[in-house]
Amino acid sequence: MIDIPLQTGIMLSGILFFMGFLGVLVRRNIIFMLMSVEIMLNAAGLAFVLAGSHWGEADGQVMFIFILTMAAAEVSVGLALILQLFKHFKSLDSDSFNKMRG
Amino acid sequence: MIQGLWLLPTLPLLGFLILSLAGRRLNKKAVAYTGTLSVGLSALFSLLVAFDFFLAAPQDYQYTQTLWEWFSAGNFSPKISLYLDSLSLIFTLVITLVGFFIHLYSTSFMKEEEGYARFFAYMNLFVGSMLVLVLSENLLFLYLGWEAVGLCSYLLIGFWYKDKANGEAAQKAFIVTRVGDTLMAIGLFLIFHSLGTLNIQEVLTRLPAEYSEGSTLPLIASLMLLGGAVGKSAQLPLQVWLPDAMAGPSPVSALIHAATMVTAGVYLIARTYVIFEMAPLVQTLTAVIGAATLLIAGFSALTQSDIKRVLAYSTISQIGYMFLALGIGAWTGAVFHFMTHAFFKALLFLGAGVIIINLHHEHNMFKMGGLRKSMPFTFYTFLAGAASLAALPLLTAGFYSKDTILWYAWAGEQSSSIFWIIGIIGSFITALYTFRMVFLTFYGEQKQKVYGQPGLSIKIPLAVLAVLSIIGGIANLPENFGNIQWLSHFLHHNLPETHYSHATSETLMQTISGIIVLLGILTAYQLYLKSSSFAGRFRQTSIYQYWLSGWGFDYLYRALFVNPAVWIARINKADILDYINIGIARLHARWHGIFIKTQTGKLRWYAMGIAMGAILAVGVLVFLN
Repeated sequence: MIDIPLQTGIMLSGILFFMGFLGVLVRRNIIFMLMSVEIMLNAAGLAFVLAGSHWGEADGQVMFIFILTMAAAEVSVGLALILQLFKHFKSLDSDSFNKMRG
Repeated sequence: MIQGLWLLPTLPLLGFLILSLAGRRLNKKAVAYTGTLSVGLSALFSLLVAFDFFLAAPQDYQYTQTLWEWFSAGNFSPKISLYLDSLSLIFTLVITLVGFFIHLYSTSFMKEEEGYARFFAYMNLFVGSMLVLVLSENLLFLYLGWEAVGLCSYLLIGFWYKDKANGEAAQKAFIVTRVGDTLMAIGLFLIFHSLGTLNIQEVLTRLPAEYSEGSTLPLIASLMLLGGAVGKSAQLPLQVWLPDAMAGPSPVSALIHAATMVTAGVYLIARTYVIFEMAPLVQTLTAVIGAATLLIAGFSALTQSDIKRVLAYSTISQIGYMFLALGIGAWTGAVFHFMTHAFFKALLFLGAGVIIINLHHEHNMFKMGGLRKSMPFTFYTFLAGAASLAALPLLTAGFYSKDTILWYAWAGEQSSSIFWIIGIIGSFITALYTFRMVFLTFYGEQKQKVYGQPGLSIKIPLAVLAVLSIIGGIANLPENFGNIQWLSHFLHHNLPETHYSHATSETLMQTISGIIVLLGILTAYQLYLKSSSFAGRFRQTSIYQYWLSGWGFDYLYRALFVNPAVWIARINKADILDYINIGIARLHARWHGIFIKTQTGKLRWYAMGIAMGAILAVGVLVFLN
């Protein structure tokens, strides 16, 4: 097995996180924004796993399982909300939801 | 039974709570029973406590009952605690007993009025607060009672609030007494600042130990306390509120503005007598104020045509006697006169109330006349009160109490003969205006129809108070006549004795004052009964108008205080200082307007905001470390 240096892995996780964040900012479609948030979560999870393997601790993987569970729950709630929003606005454009403010 | 001391103020306050919370749902009978019984039970318990006190007197004739700690702030932790000694016991007995009879009287007197429960609620609150005032162990708790009786006075003067004049009279009373109360509060601050305590007995023992006689602190402190007493007791120069306070119902005038509350000033000075003894200048000032007030108010009483205003000025004048007594160190004389005055002045106000209500709210004595035949019971009781007020020799309580004061004014160590002369002139005027009132009201021809007669619940208080006004003097008979100085001996356990400077025959002085009183009554008879033209001619003179308006004090205060205040209010209609507040509010609205633009409802903007904030926070952390 090739030993990947920690820095490379952290950099990958950082790039993933930034891509996800960029996705949240630039996409208008709410489903894509949700997916971008998922990428950000996984980037964070990857950082945990890397750190765990670096120090030889199981905590990192435990944390990742937590994040996975939380992400699943979050997605189910998020998708349900998106469904409701789509029913109401007949659109998935996040900017069109600004009529809700008040 | 002395352990039940806490019940005395609690019972009337309980009555107040019941009447104020459930008064609307109770019928008049239940209201009357609650209101009267609470004070009646309090009177009963005060008799039991007094009995206990006489039989087995506590150590040093002082009994303290601490209920709980009021609050604690640093070293200062005033307690809710009651203090009973001979002085507060006499006051408590008078307040509860006279208070009970006036409540009994009110059950019938106020029967036709709206707000029956409201009336009894206020009256009960008053009795409770007054008992707090006289039973308090520390000056702060006393001040609570002091302010609460002022509040009750305000509420009850304005009881018939639908008439604008009554509301104005109530406000006048409240504001004028507030001047004195503020001075008193400053006095309390001063005492606390220098001694670190407000416990009365502690103050009275520590003050002489730590300060020399005539030094600044006792001087200023006693001056401030005197200010409070002057406001509450309607003495010069704060006497203007009491005549107007007669706008309230007659039982209120009897209880609050004659028998009890207005004598709170006398109680305060007697309670803190050590402070006054340490400031001889202020004590003399007290005597001077008393002497001046008794003359000025006496002359004003001579000219009034409203029967209640005569009695109001007479009250001011009689409290002037008490202040004179306090000022010359005749402590027991002041308390004795307070006691008899409470009996006969309450009686006179109650009698005047009966007359007024049975003549359908006629206050003018010149329109009464001849009521001797048509209201015999009222006449005889009123006559007993009037004789006592005029200090009719030998027969009445008023003679003995006033004689005590006059005797000390003549022979007392701290007195000078000028005070005696003023006192004698005052007693001539007192006899004159009292019997002017009696002759105008009850003699001559009847001018009005009498609409009714008092019932039993009115007759009993009148009769009891009439008996007390006659026989009340046996509590303290002079040395040359009976020499039963029970009250003085009792009070001397807690108040100092008065020393004589020279010994004149007491009998001679009594004869002089007795003759003066008889002369006054005779003059009243000549002027108002024999010659009918005098009253009319007197009324034409300018001095009559001057006295009628109370020596022009109202005009003076209007010009000095009221009109400038109104003028400032008028030119400052826009309220310049308010612009500062308005400016602050505008500035915030502007800021707010800027930030409101960021609330777009666009999700991605918010995400951007969060990200920027996070980057900023992380950046700050990184750079600071």
